[in-house]
Amino acid sequence: METETAVAVIKQHLIDPEICIRCNTCEATCPVGAITHDERNYVVRVDICQFCMACIAPCPTGSIDNWRVVPKVHAYAIEDQLTWDELPPELTPEQLAAEGITPQDAALAAATPVLAVRPEAANGEAPFNSSAYGSTVPPWSAAHAYTNLFGPKNPTTAKVAGNFNCTEAGFHNQTHHIVLDFGAIPLPVLEGQSIGIVPPGLDANGRPHVARQYSVASPRNGERPGYNNVSLTVKRVTEDHHGQPVRGVASNYLCDLKVGDKCQVIGPFGQSFLMPNHPKSHIVMICTGTGSAPMRAMTEWRRRLRKSGKFEGGKLMLFFGARTREELPYFGPLQNLPKDFIDINFAFSRTPGQPKRYVQDAMRERSADLGALLADPNAHFFVCGLKSMEEGVVLALRDAAAAAHLDWDGVIGPGLKREGRLHLETY
Amino acid sequence: MSIDYSQKIPNNVNLADDRTLQRALEQWQPNFIQWWDDVGPENSTNSEVYLRTATSVDPQGWAVFDYVKMRDYRWGIFLNAAEANREIHFGDHKGEKAWQDVPGEHRANLRRIIVTQGDTEPASVEQQRHLGLTAPSLYDLRNLFQVNVEEGRHLWAMVYLLQRFFGRDGREEAGALLERTSGDANNPRILGAFNEKTPDWLAFFMFTYFTDRDGKFQLAALAESAFDPLARTTKFMLTEEAHHMFVGESGVSRVLQRTAQVMNELKTDDPKKIRGAGAIDLATIQRYLNFHYSVTIDLFGADQSSNAAIFYSSGLKGRYEEGKRNDDHVLKGQTYKVLEVQNGALVEKEVPMLNALNEVLRDDFIKDSVAGVGRWNKVLEKAGIPTRLVVPHKAFNRRIGALAGIRMSPEGRVVSEAQWKQHEAEWLPSDADRAFVSSLMGRVVEPGKFANWIAPPAMGINKQPVDFEYVRFG
Repeated sequence: METETAVAVIKQHLIDPEICIRCNTCEATCPVGAITHDERNYVVRVDICQFCMACIAPCPTGSIDNWRVVPKVHAYAIEDQLTWDELPPELTPEQLAAEGITPQDAALAAATPVLAVRPEAANGEAPFNSSAYGSTVPPWSAAHAYTNLFGPKNPTTAKVAGNFNCTEAGFHNQTHHIVLDFGAIPLPVLEGQSIGIVPPGLDANGRPHVARQYSVASPRNGERPGYNNVSLTVKRVTEDHHGQPVRGVASNYLCDLKVGDKCQVIGPFGQSFLMPNHPKSHIVMICTGTGSAPMRAMTEWRRRLRKSGKFEGGKLMLFFGARTREELPYFGPLQNLPKDFIDINFAFSRTPGQPKRYVQDAMRERSADLGALLADPNAHFFVCGLKSMEEGVVLALRDAAAAAHLDWDGVIGPGLKREGRLHLETY
Repeated sequence: MSIDYSQKIPNNVNLADDRTLQRALEQWQPNFIQWWDDVGPENSTNSEVYLRTATSVDPQGWAVFDYVKMRDYRWGIFLNAAEANREIHFGDHKGEKAWQDVPGEHRANLRRIIVTQGDTEPASVEQQRHLGLTAPSLYDLRNLFQVNVEEGRHLWAMVYLLQRFFGRDGREEAGALLERTSGDANNPRILGAFNEKTPDWLAFFMFTYFTDRDGKFQLAALAESAFDPLARTTKFMLTEEAHHMFVGESGVSRVLQRTAQVMNELKTDDPKKIRGAGAIDLATIQRYLNFHYSVTIDLFGADQSSNAAIFYSSGLKGRYEEGKRNDDHVLKGQTYKVLEVQNGALVEKEVPMLNALNEVLRDDFIKDSVAGVGRWNKVLEKAGIPTRLVVPHKAFNRRIGALAGIRMSPEGRVVSEAQWKQHEAEWLPSDADRAFVSSLMGRVVEPGKFANWIAPPAMGINKQPVDFEYVRFG
C-alpha cells in the first residue's frame, strides 16, 4: 500500500500454511494480483497488497486472515513465505523495540488496515460493526450498471480533456478535477461507479504498476452532457496517513497529466453504490475529501434532471467534511447551488482557532431531519471517504434513529442493508 | 405459487425480466423443494443453521452469514462478471468470439455435459442425507449443511442453464435431475461414484476431499468453455467448491490429529489399542483413502476418449488452467502417455493427446490430491508419528478405462485374483472397518464439544468461536 512506504513499521498480510487448503480462491479474487503460489504455499506480496480485503470473505478456511506487525525493512518476502510450514510467531514488544519500534508505533500499525469484518468479542457481545449495515445490493430504482468491460489484461485508452486544481489549497494539499475522454470507445459509467487508472512504467520490483481505482465525479451522460467523457477527483498524495512524506504513484501521475495526454483505463467497477432514480427518492450524501466524487456525480445528475424539468420531488442532503475550507474540492461551485435543491452541511476539522468538527458532528445537529429520512423507504444514504469516518457516521445514523423512536437493531439497520438504502465506500 | 424473484432467488441474470425462464423455474421450484424434503438432509427442517449465502458475485456479497432454515435457503443463480469481448482460447474455434448462445451443432454435447455435471449435485446431497444424525459436533453439522445447500445451489445453476438455453429438452432434463436417485437400482445417478454410499463421517471427509475435488477439476475445465454462460456459471461455482474441499481436508486432518494424540498418549501403534481408545487407526484411514481415491479417479472417464477430443476441439470443455498453459491450445499432432497392461506388466503408451484429455485432467487431479495428502502427513510428522499416508497407484481398483478390472496392489504391482482376495481387506475398507467406524459415530450437539475420534478445528467459521452455536435446533 503506497501510503505505508515511508513508515518504519507495517502490518503485513500473511496466509497460514497450516490451515490453507491451496484452493486458489484468494488468488482468483485478488483484484491487484498480490497473491501467488508455488507447489507448496499460497503467499501475499507485501508491496502489492492494498488491504482491500476482497480475499477475506471468500476464503473457505480463514487462513487468509493473518497479520504480523513487522519492521518495513524486514517484511517477509514471498521467497520466505513459500518455504513456511507454519506462520512465524508475532514479534514481541522487545523484538520490535530492538528494531527501534515503539509500542505506540506498533499499535498504530496494527490498527491501520481496519478489518472488514471484526472478530466478535470473546464475551459474546459484538462490538459495533458499521460495515455490517452496508448494502451489497443497489436501490431498487437504480439503473443497470455495466462492470469489468476492460480488465488489467485489456485496458482501454483515454485522452485527457481537462486537468485543474479544484481546491484553493497549495501544491501539497491540492485536489485535481481531471476529465478523460473515451472517443468512440463504449465505457458507460454510472454515478457511484469507479474506473481504474494504470500508471505507466514499472514499480520498484520491475513489475507493471497495479491499477488505482477512482470514483467518477461526473454524471452518466458525461462531464460535458452528450460527450463520452468522465471526470475524476484526485488528491495529490504527498504524505501518508502518519504525515510521512511519500509520493503517490498514480495520483501524481494523474495530477501531472497535460491536456491531450493518453492514459490506460480499466473498469467500470461497482454494482451497488448506485443512486436511486425514482422521482420521489431522497439522497443523503456523507463524505470527506475526495469521497465527494460520487456525491458530485449524483448531485450533478439530479441538477441536470431538475433543469430539464424532469425531477422535482426528492431531496438532496449533503454532509461534507475536509480539514479546511481551502482543501474542500468543489467548494466554490457548491456554494452556487440553490438551497431548495440541496441541503449542504460542512464540517472542517482543522480550521485554525475553531474546535475540530467532523461530519458526524454535523449529522448529529441534523438528527431530527435524519431520523425522518431513516424512516422513509424512499431515502437512501451514501457514505464515501476515509475508513476512519465510517463507524462515527453509522453510529450517528443509529442515534438519529433512536432519537426518532425507531428500532435500529431490529428494523432500520437490517432494512437499510436489505433494501440497498445504506452504501458504504470507505478506504 | 408465485415467487418474489429478487428476494427468493438472488440472481444476476435479470430473472425478473425473463418471463419464459420465470415460468420454467416456477414449475421446477416446488419439485425441487419436494425433492429436498424427500431425500435432502434428514431431520433438518426446523433447525436454524449458521450458513453462508451468496447474494452477489462481488467479494462483499458472496459470503453473507446468518441463521437460516435450510428449506428457506436462498438458492441463487449467479454468473461471474462478464469479460468484454471474451474470445475462445482453445480448440478449432480459437480466436473467435465466445458464444452467448448455444450453437446448434454443439447443442447435444453441451446439454450432455451440463446434465452430467448437474446430476452430481443432488446426488451428493442424497448420499449425505443421514450424516446429520451422527455429526461429531455442531461445527461439523453446520459444515455438512453448508455443503448440502451449496450442492443445491449448484443444481440451480445447472438447471438455470438447461432452462434458459435448451428449450423443452432442457426443461425435461431439469425435471429428470430430480427424479434419478443415488443408489436407486432402477433410476440411478449417472456416474458410479455418486451411487456409492457415504455411510459415515470419515467417508464424508474423504468424499469431500477427493470427490468434490473431481468437481473442482471438472468445473475448472468447464470454466474455460467457449459457451460463455457455462464458463461464468462454473467459475462462480468454483468459489463454493473450495469450501467443500476445506471440509474434507480439514476433516481428515483433524481425525489424524486425534489419532496421533491417542497414539502418543498410549505410546502405541497397535490398531487394536487405538480402536479400543475410540480413535480411528491409521491403517483404516489409509484404506478409506485408497477407496475414495480410486473411485474418484474413475470419474474422469476412459483414458482414451474420442468424446474428450470432440469436447476440446469444439471448445466445449478446456483443460484445467487452460489459460495458464504455454502451448498452441489446439493440441493436434501432440501425444500423451497413458498406461496399459501388457503381459502382466504396466507399460506406458503414447497416444494422441486430444484423445487422452481425460487422462490429462486425471493427472492434474492426482497432482493436486497428492499435495494435500502431503499436508496431512505434516500433521503426523508434527506429532512425531513415523507413519505416512500415500495415494495408491493410478491403476489400483479401477473400473473405467484400459485399467478397469486389473488386479493391482496399491503400490502398482499386478497381482493374481487369489492375491487380491488375500489382501483386499488390507487395501480397501472391509465391512468390519466400516462397522467399527460406524460404531464411533455418536451425535454430539453441545456447542464446543467434539466426538472422541476427531480433534476440534483450529478456528471457527466466519471468525466465530469454535464453541459457537452453529446450529439451533427447532
